Amino acid sequence: MAKRVAIVGTGQTFHKSHRPDVNGQELINEAVQRALVDANLKMKDISAILIGNMDHFEGINYVDCWSVDGSGGVMKPVIKLTTGGTTGASLAIGGYHMVASGMFEKVLIIGWEKNSESDTTGAITTAFDPIWDRQVFAGAISGLAAEAQGYMARFGACDRDAARVSVRDRKHATNNPHAQLRKEVTLEEVLASPMLADPIHLLDVCPRTDGACAVIMANEDVAGKICSVPDWIWATAARHSYTYLGDGDWGRLTSMEKCSKEIWKKTGIKEPRKEIDVIEMYQPYSFAGLIWIEDMGIVGHGEAPQYIWDGNTDMGGELPVNPSGGVIACNPIGATGLIRCAEAAMQVMGKADARQVPDVNFAVSTGFGGCMWTDMLLHGKKKPN
Amino acid sequence: MDKAAIIGVGMTKIEANKQRETFADMAWEAVNKALADAGMTIDDIDNVITTSSDFWDGRTISCMAVADASGAADKNTSCVEGDGTFGAFYGYTRALSGSYKTTLVTGHSKGSQCVSSLITNSSFDPIYERGLGMDMITACAMQANAYMDRTGLKPEDMAMVSVKNHGNALKNPVAQLPMKISVDDVMKSEMIADPLRKLDCSPVSDGCCAVIIAHESVATKFKQQPVWIRGLSFCTDHFFFGDRDLARSKSLAEAAKNAYSMAGIKDPKKEIDVVELYDAFTYQELLWLEEMGLAEYGKAADLLKAGHFNMDGPLPVNPSGGLLAGHPVIAAGLYRIAEVVMQLRGDAGAHQVKKAKTGLAHGVNGLCGQSHCVWILDKER
Amino acid sequence: MAEKEQLIIESGDASQPFAYAVGMHGSKFFTETRDNKRFMGLKCPKCGKVYIPPRGVCGQCFVEMNDWVEVGPKGVIGTFTILRFAFIDPETGHQKPVPYGYGFIKLDGADTLLQHYIALEDESKVKVGARVEPVFAKDRKGSTRDVEYFRVID
Repeated sequence: MAKRVAIVGTGQTFHKSHRPDVNGQELINEAVQRALVDANLKMKDISAILIGNMDHFEGINYVDCWSVDGSGGVMKPVIKLTTGGTTGASLAIGGYHMVASGMFEKVLIIGWEKNSESDTTGAITTAFDPIWDRQVFAGAISGLAAEAQGYMARFGACDRDAARVSVRDRKHATNNPHAQLRKEVTLEEVLASPMLADPIHLLDVCPRTDGACAVIMANEDVAGKICSVPDWIWATAARHSYTYLGDGDWGRLTSMEKCSKEIWKKTGIKEPRKEIDVIEMYQPYSFAGLIWIEDMGIVGHGEAPQYIWDGNTDMGGELPVNPSGGVIACNPIGATGLIRCAEAAMQVMGKADARQVPDVNFAVSTGFGGCMWTDMLLHGKKKPN
Repeated sequence: MDKAAIIGVGMTKIEANKQRETFADMAWEAVNKALADAGMTIDDIDNVITTSSDFWDGRTISCMAVADASGAADKNTSCVEGDGTFGAFYGYTRALSGSYKTTLVTGHSKGSQCVSSLITNSSFDPIYERGLGMDMITACAMQANAYMDRTGLKPEDMAMVSVKNHGNALKNPVAQLPMKISVDDVMKSEMIADPLRKLDCSPVSDGCCAVIIAHESVATKFKQQPVWIRGLSFCTDHFFFGDRDLARSKSLAEAAKNAYSMAGIKDPKKEIDVVELYDAFTYQELLWLEEMGLAEYGKAADLLKAGHFNMDGPLPVNPSGGLLAGHPVIAAGLYRIAEVVMQLRGDAGAHQVKKAKTGLAHGVNGLCGQSHCVWILDKER
Repeated sequence: MAEKEQLIIESGDASQPFAYAVGMHGSKFFTETRDNKRFMGLKCPKCGKVYIPPRGVCGQCFVEMNDWVEVGPKGVIGTFTILRFAFIDPETGHQKPVPYGYGFIKLDGADTLLQHYIALEDESKVKVGARVEPVFAKDRKGSTRDVEYFRVID
């Protein structure tokens, strides 16, 4: 019989634009040590390790092997998952499956990136097909700008609507000591910041970050013994459907729509807007804060701007999104999806301190990356049936 | 724990350069062969794991190239980076997780597209090691020297592995380098990195392999006879060579011990009937066999000389020809699993071994066998 | 004791050259563009979707495609952006000249979009739905560069 699985501890580095004081193994180790302390466990208690990043950001092949001095993986099973921007979320989903299978009692999941060590746009560009995509592609921003243009053309939103999302996330980030950018911005500042790729301004997008995140998952036999309020994983979903960038339905994130429908169906959630208490979304730029909550089924198509303007996704609103400040405030890419998962877990466990949303029963975390792909997890306070 | 079985396998021919084909084309061929082997359609598959390497493929997010052709569109999917045995391991846990029942696992690589020494050089630590210009071959040459020094073996002893495996490949239609050679031929081949000569080294290869793993509740619902996964374990040693005993492989001994224990195997020498292992270099077949407890340390060469590991010997090792006869990195371990499955089903054709109820498949990640994955497969549940 | 000086080791010009196989479908597309200045897509026998870039498999239907159809050469802008920030082009190692128009072109008769440059002769005319035509390179070698860019036509 498959086992139910819960998150019992999380750890993050204090993410910064550049961490020349540590090498990769040391950065990883900071997050690992914090997760072990959070769960009150020792390395010997860990049965297996999952680790991931995006290889070409650091230029290290076989990172699972190279990183053992930081991850604690010496003489343990270590496996690497890599799916691009979704890596962190794919790792969380992988940890869930490995514990659920009954093979491992407790696993340590690590996502990390030292984006400062390479040219991020160059590395992202090489993610795309060398023959068809690379000539014109310009890193993540060009693809995202194309999505934003598609959405604006279809639903009439504008850059001011998107800027409101940046303002929200940057405000939320002031409550999160781990976030990289912890200074509020105004609508005017976002709109006046340099235009990178129409309609995206500098303050609409995520920064480059050095950081690591570690999450410990345990099975139902031990989760309740490790912590009083474990964060139970209710369901996971992933859609990595597109192969070439031109295959996308520009202006809609169909992978998000498919993942959320699958999760709502699996768990019997009928009205996500009412039943979900908080969302930690891998939202690398402001427009995604509009488009993707529509695709998630929180509001209808074209309804996000008004929903956002009404403050519903702010702290204290109907459904707070990104209490951590999200990706716009901090983006160590290989860690980012796992940070969303850790932040959602902290909300359920009641450990989110100044960024805590009251009475969280259900939280959603997502990952975004690749070719408009989505990974998604539903977290809950109650043990799933 | 529930049980799972492998119910279908598909392999492309391993070739030096599949220039006509993209990664997706290779995946399409291997996946369709596996589906046909299992008697399934893509609709019977409920999730997909691809295995690839961004470094070997020369592309960040290498899995992007193969999702559609692997049938992953609109299915739950993920990607393991590393040897295919690790990808299959994740696929196995998904089949047991309660979320899914049937996992399709693929692994692909095209060594022909890159300069392999530059790719393996990037496996070394960028701060302390990389500038020395090390690559996989020079690293393994050091390991071969350490192993020979400890055991007193000679290059001629290692060369016998090349003779056996290239010879076995003569009967394997998917092998890249079937060759009838002698120890003398190996000893006269070009010196690559002392003590490794050209015929001690596996070639650069292209290929894709697919396997289908099913939960016990559905394992017998399709046409193919299931091969059961009885034991499975993996383990990672220290990274820096200075931190390890390079003449040994502690992590393999540990992985094998755990896999035997899970499978309830007490005497592997008696209970294992066929082995497909990761012989990237000749000495590795001997060292790996010893660390897996299938020969005493330093004594595998004697057994090899006596014919113990021949196709008609008591314990056939690499009847397919192994990596020495074709080494598509990443896919290589998955080919080992597929080959053992074929042997246990009795479907291996010309390279079928006589008695095979229980088999061992083995894969490696990292430099000089830092991380090993050991599978115990069985004809019977 | 923590050392105050924090050193960086640079990889210098280290690179990993690759020879990417275009494959049989892409090779057909590029030789047609090179020799006949026309674009060829592959049509799914099941759903009828016409794919650019051509590939062997319709992912949604999981069937092999062999039915070549000519698409374009004209089309409309499916979506686009104008790149205004300078970055190092990993293809060349040099800074990419900006601004440039970056478009997803829906070629007439195709269902997926082809990425390419869009000329910025008049930025106000570059919008979703605008009609475009390719400007072919004089010296064509069989790659995406055989089209210099697409331009908006009235």
